[in-house]
Formats: sequence, structure tokens, C-alpha cells
Amino acid sequence: MGSGTSTRHHSAFQNAERTFKAAALIQRWYRRYVARLEMRRRCTWSIFQSIEYAGQQDQVKLHDFFSYLMDHFIPSSHNQREFLTHMFTEDRFAQDSEMEKCSDYESIEVPDSYTGPRLSFPLLPDHATALIEAFRLKQQLHARYVLNLLYETKKHLVQLPNINRVSTCYSEEITVCNGLPSPERSYVFNGDFVDRGKDSVEILMILFAFMLVYPKEFHLNRGNHEDHMVNLRYGFTKEVMNKYKIHGKEILRTLQDVFCWLPLATLIDEKVLILHGGVSDITDLELLDKIERNKIVSTMRCKTRRKKEKQMEEKGKANRKSSAQEPIPWFLPQSRSLPSSPLRLSSYKAHKTNRSSSIPCGGCLDGRELSRQVRSSVELELERCRQQAGLLVTGQKEEASRSASEADSEAGELQKPTQEEWRQVVDILWSDPMAQEGCKANTIRGGGCYFGPDVTQQLLQKYNLRFLIRSHECKPEGYEFCHNRKVLTIFSASNYYEVGSNRGAYVKLGPALTPHIVQYQANKVTNTLTMRQRISRVEESALRALREKLFAHSSDLLSEFKKHDADKVGLITLSDWAAAVESALHLGLPWRMLRSQLVNSSADNMLEYKSWLKNLAKEQLSHENIQSSLLETLYRNRSNLETIFRIIDSDHSGFISLDEFRQTWKLLSSHMNIDITDDCICDLARSIDFNKDGHIDINEFLEAFRLVEKSCLEGDTSECPQATNAKDSGCNSPGAC
Amino acid sequence: MIHKDKERIIVAEFHKKIKEAFEVFDHESNNTVDVREIGTIIRSLGCCPTEGELHDLIAEVEEEEPTGYIRFEKFLPVMTEILLERRYRPIPEDVLLRAFEVLDSAKRGFLTKDELIKYMTEEGEPFSQEEMEEMLSAAIDPESNSIHYKDYITMMVIDEN
Repeated sequence: MGSGTSTRHHSAFQNAERTFKAAALIQRWYRRYVARLEMRRRCTWSIFQSIEYAGQQDQVKLHDFFSYLMDHFIPSSHNQREFLTHMFTEDRFAQDSEMEKCSDYESIEVPDSYTGPRLSFPLLPDHATALIEAFRLKQQLHARYVLNLLYETKKHLVQLPNINRVSTCYSEEITVCNGLPSPERSYVFNGDFVDRGKDSVEILMILFAFMLVYPKEFHLNRGNHEDHMVNLRYGFTKEVMNKYKIHGKEILRTLQDVFCWLPLATLIDEKVLILHGGVSDITDLELLDKIERNKIVSTMRCKTRRKKEKQMEEKGKANRKSSAQEPIPWFLPQSRSLPSSPLRLSSYKAHKTNRSSSIPCGGCLDGRELSRQVRSSVELELERCRQQAGLLVTGQKEEASRSASEADSEAGELQKPTQEEWRQVVDILWSDPMAQEGCKANTIRGGGCYFGPDVTQQLLQKYNLRFLIRSHECKPEGYEFCHNRKVLTIFSASNYYEVGSNRGAYVKLGPALTPHIVQYQANKVTNTLTMRQRISRVEESALRALREKLFAHSSDLLSEFKKHDADKVGLITLSDWAAAVESALHLGLPWRMLRSQLVNSSADNMLEYKSWLKNLAKEQLSHENIQSSLLETLYRNRSNLETIFRIIDSDHSGFISLDEFRQTWKLLSSHMNIDITDDCICDLARSIDFNKDGHIDINEFLEAFRLVEKSCLEGDTSECPQATNAKDSGCNSPGAC
Repeated sequence: MIHKDKERIIVAEFHKKIKEAFEVFDHESNNTVDVREIGTIIRSLGCCPTEGELHDLIAEVEEEEPTGYIRFEKFLPVMTEILLERRYRPIPEDVLLRAFEVLDSAKRGFLTKDELIKYMTEEGEPFSQEEMEEMLSAAIDPESNSIHYKDYITMMVIDEN
């Protein structure tokens, strides 16, 4: 009857159906797999960003603290005064006379054995390309040529205006960021040339060399990292000192000069404004054009002229908005400190202020309550000092001492910028765009502000501009448009956090000024890895950093965990774990998503938190005798400590005296929220001074710390200075000191 | 009573999870995400819907007049329900293996690259070119130019955990 055919058809149909279903199933499964990868990628990104921003906040917090101390702390002894001045004198690198500069590099001999590039001035294109070649071959430019180059660079920069004007009719194409220039191709490099990666020196040399060879085509903008204070923390200072052991100091000193002469912005065809950070609702391009930009040595610490001075100024000064009352530093009881999470801007309950606070020194901020200990200890210390100084009315003495020091500083020295001028520059270099309208303090960075699309629109209209190009923020794709495509963020360093973490990009502009973006990823390896492998690598790195951070907050975590364990069973739910971790770390990360990577699966969703913390510690360092809270604090503040040591060690000799170390630690103890006796500090200092000569080598200190970690992991107790000392001094248990 | 309490706790936990996942994609911090990310969010919460099911879900959480954005307020209740009902459960390893075996009618233990491409781009809910390339990069053994699906599945599953 045809049943054979219909059976065939039937089974054919069944086969087709089965095939279809099978394929659909595989696709469904695969798509879920990809989605999970994507989520992991985003979480990894969040980890890096929040840790980086938390680090930036730390930096600024620390500076605020010291700045405040500088302004208000009345040293009770000559030594203390000496110490503080020595620590905080921004003008450490005093303005040398031109003559001295000449002899600086001319007197440096270059040995015949030196095989690196030799520069002569004026620089020719060949020199510049030779430099690139030499660096590619991992050669190092001799200090003499470095200094010579910097000197010539400064000479060039000084003649440039604050806002560099470039025209496309002169060059046919302008690239914001990479490649080799020529008359038809102009380049604008938008700041942050240093502090990431280990070849910052070489990059600077290349940039400066090309700028000298092609002055009309090569333009540099200052970024927030072109700043010696920031460099102290982020590694550039270290890089210079490592590469140039004898002349490093001079190089840094010269660089400080060069950096502050970098133009603040570049304007293309009067239509496209390129600057490093962003703008604020008070950004005044006319003012910026007129200020003496080299007065802004560092955007970290503002030594501005006092109100009194301002009143005494000549009338010619630019229209200044009267600066509101001095901002209240974050660590004082009257202030409201930083918000908890860098990523949750919307939950940041902003005071509805129209004040576009862009001053890094705290001010009207909202958020979590500050540790009482910090507040009270700072206040106590100040009180004690005041009493010791025998003051009846603090105000008078402060005023008197200040105007005295001002009189000194006025005499023949560089005029300091006004608060307004400084704020304008900080805004340009530190601000970030945000989606919401308005303008509010950039509490994440601690400097500049967040500016909304209305602020952008206002600025563009006011100065008849078409759009803004800025950098300052890392973007996964290397670039990002926002504010209705009126703001373009360009980030050229691919693999910024880790190999494979992001792409880099640069933008080209032709006469029509339409942006054309080019992306890349600078690593052969990443091209051969699958997406899965790339994400895994970056993720591992992020998780490592995160675990480190968790360990550094062990005590906080323990107390948070205990809050969820009222019955003291030693167990908490995984949900409580997530809540506790967020309360302790304030990173705003999706902890529930990250949980499987941070917590081993536990029975019935309960976690034995003490052993979890113990395991964390084991990963980082595993010796029981170590005063873990002290080390934990050291660990948490490791990068801060390094920065501070480098500040103290102003001659970059690599040594600080035991006394300086103790003084520093005392100053820091309230900031770091630990209780530590003088004895413990002495012991710590002595144990670190391995050769007992009364000096601590900074590098060795940090090395010793790493050695302690390492040797403890290897179980070798004799190497643990802490352990030995613990037995000797009797400080065996954490908190006993 | 106890049952109700337990459910409330579970729901509360779901809410937190959903919020977390949502916030990862809420770039403007205004409780909305691009509609194109909804699939990723739902899948990372443990669900494994088909494209068709996803499409229907989106229709449920979209605005009356689609804006291209999904609001959290609309997303939360729908997603909570999905989690409570344990809808769109993930596919167990053995089921996945059988699916590959169906495609491998000759029972060789592998599929050639071309076969995989054909099935994935012509059958079921076809892959885009990007999806296909990405799958090939990890799945295909360059020497034999084929995918040994049993090993592939094992590798992918380990990776998940």
C-alpha cells in the first residue's frame, strides 16, 4: 500500500526531528557556557577596577592625612618639626638655576664602553628612530643623554601655551595616540605616559625625542600620572632609581620640572578638545589658558595661597569664584567620609549640593562612619601637641606661624597657584564622565569630579566645540563613547590589568573631524588563546589580588562574621558570608557570583569561617608565630608604606634611619587603626635592621617582608625575624603589644 | 508557618543573587540593563533557556513600548519566579553526550569540522558566525580537524567548576 514509503518518510522525518533537537540542545548548552564566561569576564573586570580605585583612594586619603597634619600639627620638639618638614617639603627639589642644569649633564662622562644611542642636539629624525630601535634591543639610554633630552624638552615645552592649538589644514590627519609622525600626520598623546609597566623611562624618552624632532606635529598633554607625587606610589620613581642608580635623583628632579610644563590640553581646529581626565561645571578654558601651569607641581598636594593673601593681591587677577570654606578632611568627626562602593554610584546618597567640589581633600562627602579610633587618636595627638606647645588659643599661633612661613616662601620663590587655579587643573586631569546629569565630587579618585551629559553640553556650547576626547579610564574595548557621543574615552594600553584584560585603541581625526577608532591587543600570546583561556588567565590574576585583599582584612572579616554568628557556633550561611565580606571590604563586588571561586563548597550551605580565614592566611603566609595582626596591617598597607618610605627617603638613598622609621610608624598608627606600643615598634625596627647599623634599607625591608612570607611558606623558622623577636620580646600573640 | 519562613528566606536569597547579576551589567547605575544582556544575566543565574524561550522572557520583561532597556523592577519578579520553579534547568552531561551521538550517526566518536559547522549553523537555533568561530577555536583538534566530543564535553565541564 505504500506503507514502506511512509515508514521511510516517517523515520526520515523522525531523524530530521532528532537531529534538529540534538543540534538545538548543543546550541542551548553552548550559549549558556558562553554567557557564564562573559559574566566571569565582567566580574574579573570589576575586581580589578575596584581594587585599583580603592588603591587610588588610599593614596589620596594618606595625602590628606599628612597634608592636614602639616597644616595643623604643631611639633612638640625640634626633631619632630625637622622630621615633618623634611618629610613633606614639596619643594625638596628646589628650583636650580639654569647654569646648574647645564653643568648637570655636561659634566657627566659617558664611558667608551657604552654601546647605547648617543644623542646630539638639535635632534634629527634619525636619532629618534634610533632610540626606538635601541629600546627594542633592550638598551638603556645613558643618564647624560637622558638629562640632556629632558633639558631640551623643557626648553621646548616652556614656549607652548597651556592649551595647544592644532589645525587639521596643516596636517591631514591627527591621531590621538600611537605610531610614527610625519608632516601629514600629527599626534596627540593624552597623558599618563608613566607608572605602568617597567619601561616608562624609555617611553618618555621616545615621546620627548619625537616631540623635539617634530615639534609641529607631536603634541603631549599632561595626565594625572605626570606628577612626582603619584609616581612615588605607582612605580615610576622606583623604575628610575633602579635604572639610574647614580643620576636617578637628578633625573627625577628634572622630570618634576618637565612634567609641570606639559600643556594641559590640545584643541583641534577650535572644535575638538583633548584633555586627560575631563571637565567640571566650573571649567573655564580662558582661565586655564592664562594660568602659569608650571606652578601646579603636583595635583596631589595643594599648597595654595591663604585667603589673606588673596585679599592683598593686585586687582588684575582673574575673576575668581570665592572659594567656599575650607573642606573638612575626611578623618575628622565633622566630615562625612567616602562612600562604600566605587561601583554603586547610584546608592551613594549624595547631598544635593550644587557645589562642584573637586578638591581631593575630602569635603562634603557621604558614606560610612569613620573608625572612632582614628578620629579620636588624631584629635588626642593634636590636643597633646597643643598642650605641650603651651598654647592658649590655637588659632593665633597658627596664623602667626603661617604668615611667617608665607613671608619666607614669598621671597623670590615661585608664586603658588590660587585655590581656583589648582582646582581647574585638577578637574582637567582627574575627572570622569558619568551617566547622570550634574556634577559631583569624584570620591573614587579623590580628585576632580564626575561630570554629567549636561555639563558636557554646557561646555561644548560655551566654547563652540564639537566633542571631547579624554582618557584616564581603562575600557575593555579600548574606547567608549558617552554623553550622546559627545565624549570619547580613549585608552591605549592594552592588557592594562593583566595580559588579555582589555584591548587598546587610538583615534584618528581627519579634516572632517569624524573620529575613526583603531583597536588592538598587544600580545602575541593572547591571539592564540581561546576566549576561555584568556578569561581564565586574567581571572586567576584578579582572584589572587582579591584573596590578598581579603587576607589583609582578616580581623575586620572575623568581627563581621561573628556578628552573624550570635550563637557562637563557628558557622555562618553563605549568604551571610557575602554580606559580611562586603561590609568589611566595601568593594561593591558581586560576592555571590564570586563565591564559588573563593569558598570551597561546604555542606548545607554553611561555612566554618574561622578555618576559611585560616586557609586564606596559609596562602599568604603560614607561620603561626608571626604577629599576624601586625603583619596583616603591614600587608594591607604595603604599597602605602613603600610610598611613605620613599617620601621620607628624600635623597633616594634607599636608607632611612631607625628613628625615622619609628617616627613614621607612630604617625601612621592612628591612620592604620592599630594599637602598637613603642617597644613593639623598636623591636620591629631592630629586627629588620639586619646588619645592625642603625639604618633600614627600604628595599630590604620590603624584601625582608617577602622573605618572611617565603620562608614561612617553606617552614623555615630560623629565617623569620618576627618569630625570633616574638619570643624575645614577649609579643607572641597578636594584640598583645 | 515554618515552610513559609523558609520560602521567604529562599526568596530573599534569590533576590540578592538576581540583583548582583543585574548590577554587573547596569553600567549607568540606574537599575536598567541593555536588553541584549538579559540572556547573559539569566544564564549566569543557572538557567539554560533556548533562544525561543529567551525571546518570550524578554517580551515579558520589556516595557510596553520597548526602549532597548530592561528595568530591574520588571525583571526581578519574573526572574524570581523562574528560579523558584526551577525552570530552564541546565543540561546534564550524559544528555549532552547523547545529543552529539545523534549527530554522529556513524558512531565514530567524533564529528568533522565541516559537519559541526553544518549542524550548528543550519539546524536547531543556528549559531551566528561569531558563535561558530568561537566554538571551533576550542573544540576542533587541529591535527584531525575534528571534534572528539566526549573529550570536549569533559574539558568544558571541568572548566565550569
